[in-house]
Amino acid sequence: MKYLLHILSCLCLFHLQAAGKVWNVDQQGSLRYIRTAVGLASPGDTIYVQKGHFKEGNITINKALTLIGVNRPVLDGQKKYEVVSIRSNNVHFEGFEVIRSGKSSLDDPGGIKVYNCKNVSVVNNILRDNFFGIYIQNGAKCLVRNNQIFAKALNEQETGNGIHCWKSDSLQIIGNRIDGHRDGIYFEFVTHSIIWRNISTANIRYGLHFMFSNDDVYIGNVLKNNGAGVAVMYTKRVKMFNNHFYENWGASSYGLLLKDITDSHIENNQFMRNTIGIYMEGSSRIFVQGNSFNNNGWGMKIQASCMDIDVFSNNFSSNTFDVSTNGTLVLNRFKGNFWDKYEGYDINKDGIGDVPFHPLSLFSYIAEQNAQAMILFRSFIVTLLERSERILPSLTPDEFIDPAPRMNKL
Amino acid sequence: MYKVLRIVLADILKNRVLLVYTLLLGALAWASFLLEDNSSKGMLTLLNIIILTVPLVSVLFSTIYVYNFNEFLELLLSQPLKRSTVWLGLYAGVSLSLMLSFFIGAGIPLLIFQLNTAGFMMLALGILVSLVFVSLAFLATMFTRDKSKGVGIAVMLWLFYALLFDGLILFILFQLSDYPIEGALMMISFLNPIDLARIMILLHLDVSAMLGYTGALFFDFFGSSTGILLTFIALCIWCWIPFQISLRKFKKENL
Repeated sequence: MKYLLHILSCLCLFHLQAAGKVWNVDQQGSLRYIRTAVGLASPGDTIYVQKGHFKEGNITINKALTLIGVNRPVLDGQKKYEVVSIRSNNVHFEGFEVIRSGKSSLDDPGGIKVYNCKNVSVVNNILRDNFFGIYIQNGAKCLVRNNQIFAKALNEQETGNGIHCWKSDSLQIIGNRIDGHRDGIYFEFVTHSIIWRNISTANIRYGLHFMFSNDDVYIGNVLKNNGAGVAVMYTKRVKMFNNHFYENWGASSYGLLLKDITDSHIENNQFMRNTIGIYMEGSSRIFVQGNSFNNNGWGMKIQASCMDIDVFSNNFSSNTFDVSTNGTLVLNRFKGNFWDKYEGYDINKDGIGDVPFHPLSLFSYIAEQNAQAMILFRSFIVTLLERSERILPSLTPDEFIDPAPRMNKL
Repeated sequence: MYKVLRIVLADILKNRVLLVYTLLLGALAWASFLLEDNSSKGMLTLLNIIILTVPLVSVLFSTIYVYNFNEFLELLLSQPLKRSTVWLGLYAGVSLSLMLSFFIGAGIPLLIFQLNTAGFMMLALGILVSLVFVSLAFLATMFTRDKSKGVGIAVMLWLFYALLFDGLILFILFQLSDYPIEGALMMISFLNPIDLARIMILLHLDVSAMLGYTGALFFDFFGSSTGILLTFIALCIWCWIPFQISLRKFKKENL
């Protein structure tokens, strides 16, 4: 039975392979240009491109073809052209090195740009020094996997985004690495998509930036050392699990900035060494659960415009300030978090502290209104004031508490 | 001078107070690094040691020691020795022993657990703060011949720099919060050696948070290499001037 299955599957593969013709582009061979090959091929064909340096201007793929680079041929846009334009459904593009696309803010040329089509996969390519890296415009069910996208931009105007998706649906962005673009991954009006295991570092603006992109899932991404961290805005039903937000430093830099986000889950993420771990504004009905906040300036800043934020079972340690807010109205809940600043006791040994924890530091409250006061931070008198405020809250809202703080780290 | 220094050092090393101080510093430092699961809490404990314990012990111990040294001092001055040599020798002896205590007590765990810029910064600042408060103690002893009054002045000096000064700044800050007083505040903080040390350490401990304040001028200033240099120069001046004044007084003093 097993053998039969093997044979059957082999037959199927053969059948798929045999469905189209195979073309071989080689700079030493008879078929020297990719453009010619694309012109000659008919839908369903496969084009193998051998190693070489191709300066063919713009390559438009307007048929359902499979293009595979053998030993990573280089496609050079010579700083003038969009390098690869995909304008057909069911295109598979794999194994190339795409470099030096043109720069223009008018038509946003990309290294690889997908126009209005479905089932396109862009796999295992290296992109260097392009304006936009991979650009999906009005696509659906596209796959962007294991690409490495690098740029060396100095300012925001000089470069586009690493992976830019606009008005698309059901995309899979998996295992890519983006470095040095404007935004690492940019989503606008993209729905039902997954962003999984990408690494986005040292981008000029945001590592990950999405707006109006409902019902997306972000899992296991590493977002590190980006100019302004990660910003997510005007979106519903987002799920962010197991992501790492590291070293996003600066005055307006956030590990994760949430603006007008509703009905979302932020779970099991790591926030380390950011100026602000999570900054929330105008957001509601968000579950923040099982995250770790370490060595941040502020673990979380929850503005008073937020409501129904449930901060349950997170670790807060070594942050300068764990939580801060800008108002006295408290519509959010804290429960079962671990706070390293907690000094209560646990007599019945159930792992839950018997005294509520007051996570709001008086000084962060003062410094919020008067930044100059920071000069006194950690002085003896301020420490005294903080202690007394923790015991008897007078300035900070007294219902801002974790009624059941954890004694040990999760 | 070296002879005086040697005599003073030998005398102090026999003294139990300093041994206890060293052990106390050591116990606090080791405990805070070993018992806490993250070293930043250990650093915070050390910061509190540097801004509270070190000044207090330095100023009190030196004051009391100088008063107790008085009889021997008279004996020394009957010898053909310059007064400045004797005073300098005494200062060197007291400050060297306190520096040694700090280094053995707090410095070694610091170097073991925090071998980085923050660690070195803390070590240097702890030593400088010790020196400043020894100078202030020497000045205090020159104000009055009465030991109890002298100790009182020393404690008042500590209380002023460790607590009252910051309270005063906090008060000014709230009263004048509508005005751009940050530049002035920075200047004022140069008037308090403890504040200088604290701000320096703060900038290394809470970098992430400090970056969050765009308006925080003092971060840009104290965080720059010029700021660090100026702070260290200021602390050296803080050692130098009180000692110089005390020396001048000692030269004219009728013993």
